[in-house]
Amino acid sequence: MKKYISYFRMWLVMGLQYRAAAFGGVVTQFFWGFMEIAAMHAFHESNPDAYPMTMEATCSYIWFQQAFIAMLSARVFDGQILDSVRSGNIAYELCRPVRIYDLWFSRSTASRLSGAGLRCIPILLVAVLLPKSYRLSAPASAASFALFVLTLALAVLVSVAYIMLIYISGLYTISSDGLRRLCSSLMDFLTGGYIPLPFFPAGIRQVLELLPFASMQNVPLRIYSGDLAGPAMYRAICLQVFWLVTLVAIGRALCRGAERKVIIQGN
Amino acid sequence: MITMENVCKSYRVAKRNAGFREACKALFHREYEEIEALKNISFTIRDGEMVGYIGPNGAGKSSTIKILSGILTPDSGKVEIDDRILWDIAGQAHSPWPRRERYRRIDHVKQIGVVFGQRSQLWWDVPVIDSYELLKDIYSIPDSVYRKNLDELTESLALSELLRTPTRQLSLGQRMRCEIAASLLHSPGILFLDEPTIGLDAVSKLAVRDFVKKLNKEHCTTVILTTHDMQDIEALASRIILIGKGRILMDGTLGDIRKGDATMDETLAQLYKSYEIT
Repeated sequence: MKKYISYFRMWLVMGLQYRAAAFGGVVTQFFWGFMEIAAMHAFHESNPDAYPMTMEATCSYIWFQQAFIAMLSARVFDGQILDSVRSGNIAYELCRPVRIYDLWFSRSTASRLSGAGLRCIPILLVAVLLPKSYRLSAPASAASFALFVLTLALAVLVSVAYIMLIYISGLYTISSDGLRRLCSSLMDFLTGGYIPLPFFPAGIRQVLELLPFASMQNVPLRIYSGDLAGPAMYRAICLQVFWLVTLVAIGRALCRGAERKVIIQGN
Repeated sequence: MITMENVCKSYRVAKRNAGFREACKALFHREYEEIEALKNISFTIRDGEMVGYIGPNGAGKSSTIKILSGILTPDSGKVEIDDRILWDIAGQAHSPWPRRERYRRIDHVKQIGVVFGQRSQLWWDVPVIDSYELLKDIYSIPDSVYRKNLDELTESLALSELLRTPTRQLSLGQRMRCEIAASLLHSPGILFLDEPTIGLDAVSKLAVRDFVKKLNKEHCTTVILTTHDMQDIEALASRIILIGKGRILMDGTLGDIRKGDATMDETLAQLYKSYEIT
């Protein structure tokens, strides 16, 4: 276990050294969040009765989404993992007493956390100070804040477990580029990355809520503002745990199979 | 002790002719060719031996090293290292469970060190010493052993100036010294060197050779070396295994192949020609 923690620490520290990228990210995410809230206001004003969330809940949802984008987004990949498969440098990783799955998992989690760690504080600080209709408001209650933190952690792990499947596909197909784009777009849409899941039409929404995608950013961002509460919330948390276990089990099995099949070409 | 018994490996290679039309055709129908990289390779290497594994490009040298280091699954055959069975794979032909295999990668790799001359095992963005600290945790090396090995390696490979530099800023010669040290931190009994001197200048080559010789003498480490540099072989290998087109053609000492005062390269070229493997 210690070796994976060391890997985790190493990538956490490595990720923290890219200051310029983080600054660029903060500016982009801030303006993106601002525009998105402006668009949501327009929807709200056109027909307040049909709007499925409160405006405060929408603002919190969007600000947290932007602040933690490096942690929850479907478009953040660890380039080094993809490269190590393409270039064959994975040979060295296979020569070490480590499980490739656990190694990549700890590494992706670490680089996601360090990415978000650098970006989230300035965004959240500014978001708290904005005028009321754009502001990030306080959590619904202390309990919902605690559950927010817990489910956020679960959401990151589910996202990583899903993205691991894409990394592993690289071991089977040489270039995972195509699959990666497809899976990112799918994940962005179905996790509520474009619009929160409550905005999807009834019928479709109930199905989406059972998919692993709903166990990612959807849960913590809605718990924070109290939009997701009561029995529905407990069900969502159970689903998160279920999907985490399932995705990790699938990933591990695929990875074990791949480890025996890989052929490192060249010297 | 390392024993390989009847190890075979073949690769499937996709082939097509040049041109756009052929490329389109290949979308629907692909032709493959089976390339037999290793045909019934068997040999035994005793503890503390230094073996030069030589042969022309594409002879199967790297495939053998990969199988021995546990990262490539052979099609059939048996590999045993220090009484541990690494691979034991029944042939595909008659067994009711074709390709049944035993797989011991993680136990195995703790006991070996590997250097691929054309790849890097150090993490690019951090100082070399950070990579070493991480390797210490990966191999669960006890503190005292790590300290001792690091001091020894720092001294004999002259690393003290390099340890605090990020890997990406090292020259190739400096990096190779750091790479070799990295694969020896956990005091492995067997060291695989796959073209360790490729691209190095004269000084670095000599440093690497001297170090490997010393390592073998002091720690009795078994060294298996593949290279195209005959001076490496001359300096290091007490035994030579020649492989060509996937078969072992010769297993002997340098004296066996050397005739008169021909240079090493000439000797080798003669040898390749006589076996028609160029």
